[in-house]
Amino acid sequence: MASINDYKNITGAATIDTLKVLGEKLKGKIVQHVNSTAVGGGVAEILTRMVPILRELGVDTRWDLIKGGEQFFEVTKKFHNVLHGKKDTVTREDFNVFMETSNLNISEVNTYGDIVFIHDPQPIALVNKRSGNKWIWRCHIDVSQPHEAVWNFLKEFIVKYDASVFSAPAFSQQLPIRQFLISPSIDPLSDKNKDLPREYVDSVLKKYGIPSDKPIITQISRFDRLKDPLGVIQAYKKVKKYNDCRLVLAGGGASDDPEGVQVYSEVMEASKGDSDIHILLLPQNDLEINALQRGSTIILQKSLKEGFGLTVTEALWKAKPVVASNVGGIPLQIKHKYSGLLCYSVDGAAFALKQLLNSPAYAKQLGENGKEHVRNNFLLTRHVRDYMLLFLSLFNQGNVIHL
Amino acid sequence: MSDANEIKKAAEPFRFCTRLHLFELTGIRAASIGDLLTHLKNVSGSCIYYHTHRFLQIHQNFSPEPPNDFAYWISEHLGDDELAERLASIDTVRFTSIRLLRESIISEIEKYLVEKPETYAVKVKKGNEFNFIQALSFVIPTDYAVSTISEFANVLEKVSVDSIYFHIFEAKLRLEKTANDFSNWLENSLGETKLAAKIAHLDPYTYTMEDLRKEIMKILRRAVK
Repeated sequence: MASINDYKNITGAATIDTLKVLGEKLKGKIVQHVNSTAVGGGVAEILTRMVPILRELGVDTRWDLIKGGEQFFEVTKKFHNVLHGKKDTVTREDFNVFMETSNLNISEVNTYGDIVFIHDPQPIALVNKRSGNKWIWRCHIDVSQPHEAVWNFLKEFIVKYDASVFSAPAFSQQLPIRQFLISPSIDPLSDKNKDLPREYVDSVLKKYGIPSDKPIITQISRFDRLKDPLGVIQAYKKVKKYNDCRLVLAGGGASDDPEGVQVYSEVMEASKGDSDIHILLLPQNDLEINALQRGSTIILQKSLKEGFGLTVTEALWKAKPVVASNVGGIPLQIKHKYSGLLCYSVDGAAFALKQLLNSPAYAKQLGENGKEHVRNNFLLTRHVRDYMLLFLSLFNQGNVIHL
Repeated sequence: MSDANEIKKAAEPFRFCTRLHLFELTGIRAASIGDLLTHLKNVSGSCIYYHTHRFLQIHQNFSPEPPNDFAYWISEHLGDDELAERLASIDTVRFTSIRLLRESIISEIEKYLVEKPETYAVKVKKGNEFNFIQALSFVIPTDYAVSTISEFANVLEKVSVDSIYFHIFEAKLRLEKTANDFSNWLENSLGETKLAAKIAHLDPYTYTMEDLRKEIMKILRRAVK
């Protein structure tokens, strides 16, 4: 695991020195993160990287989990989906199941932190046992158009917190508590994002039978309708009439997701007969995903809906020209014609792809701008800094705080 | 400048500080110019500050955006380039307080609406509303303290852009000092009136932070030659 000093070469020493100063200011405070899983999912991924760094900076950081059975997690998954806008019926029984497990966790989980940092809806009810300590609720999901009944249910708990945190301005709601804007981040030293030798990149392309003889357009995403893989193939076909190129659609397994299986088979059908389309159903392998991104000419993210869109962040960090839909957190990352190209449709995506294939110098400039934008705004070090400032803000009044 | 001046020592050393921002969402949104105007009159000074300075922090190498979020939103989402240009051209550097800056933005919009009242009718589509955000500033002293112009120039080369940002923008506008911290110190502690004026006369809103650093360095290096 990387040490904080390893980030100096990427962010500059001054940034790391500042983090150390902030760590000093938080000495003596215990920060307790609570979520529902230690592995899998974006929250666990970010805490795995962040907790050791906060500790190294002198912040006594702990990480605890709530417990829950299958039924509870089915309900929380349903909450997650409807908050994201998916149509489903939420019943009184669902709320009862949620509260039953929550009450068990309230009696069993020790909330000893000076700051108790609750991630997402699953452990949200723990706030019912708050005493004199500070409580933060971190919402990692897009609640810009939430399911009303679920949101109102959660709001009963949210208002009991000292502060909440959202990833994008559009996700915030009218709330009586303070709401902070903290974007997610990528770790530039993780397997998914670290620099790779060209030979390794080539070996991965070779492993998956992707020759480098033509420009490669890649979308990395699950086989999910919201990622619009069929739209990606349509866009590629429109481009292919004018520019010879390859398409790589690579994503995680879909065996546990009936809709994913269906989408995958439709994708296979749509790509039939074109040997320049490479559909890769990959096991979780961060190094290989990294290599596929680095081996690509252009990265596409033609989602119909997105949370923050960290796959875009990853692509920008690799200085790749990116074409992406103007949804979710993507416009926070891509300023159209400056750090990438935004699109709204298949035709728009195809036009942007052709533009970039025909203007490599322009594409290169967009990629370089995108990388700097990520360096300044979306790396783990900025995320750690924002969290430390958030902790400090709980103990200081006013809009200008002298530390 | 003579050699004697180069080693002139300030009575009061200059202590570099740095500032960090945390962004707070207000939940306040505007979908039309009328909404924007109403909220501009009522939101906190920290909101006005955030939306007129955010671009400086987000784009440190090259800025693709006009110098305030109001102008950007009016152009991108309301589609009114003329009003956007008027707001983008507000000479932020001449204001010594957020209150005055706010009044100027409001007055520009009000004047425009008198000329073109049809602008009131334009509404942005859902999801493209203007979200008011405010900035919480954290001021932190650094270990760097300097007493001569040479030392000042050497340290300026090393400090973070956050530090330069603090002394140039935040000290003047948010803490309502008469000039930026660098000019204040050069004039009051070293008696370098001309040098102080040269830095005070830069329009920092038209530079990226790295370019601004280079420009100030150039002025200082020239002075100690």
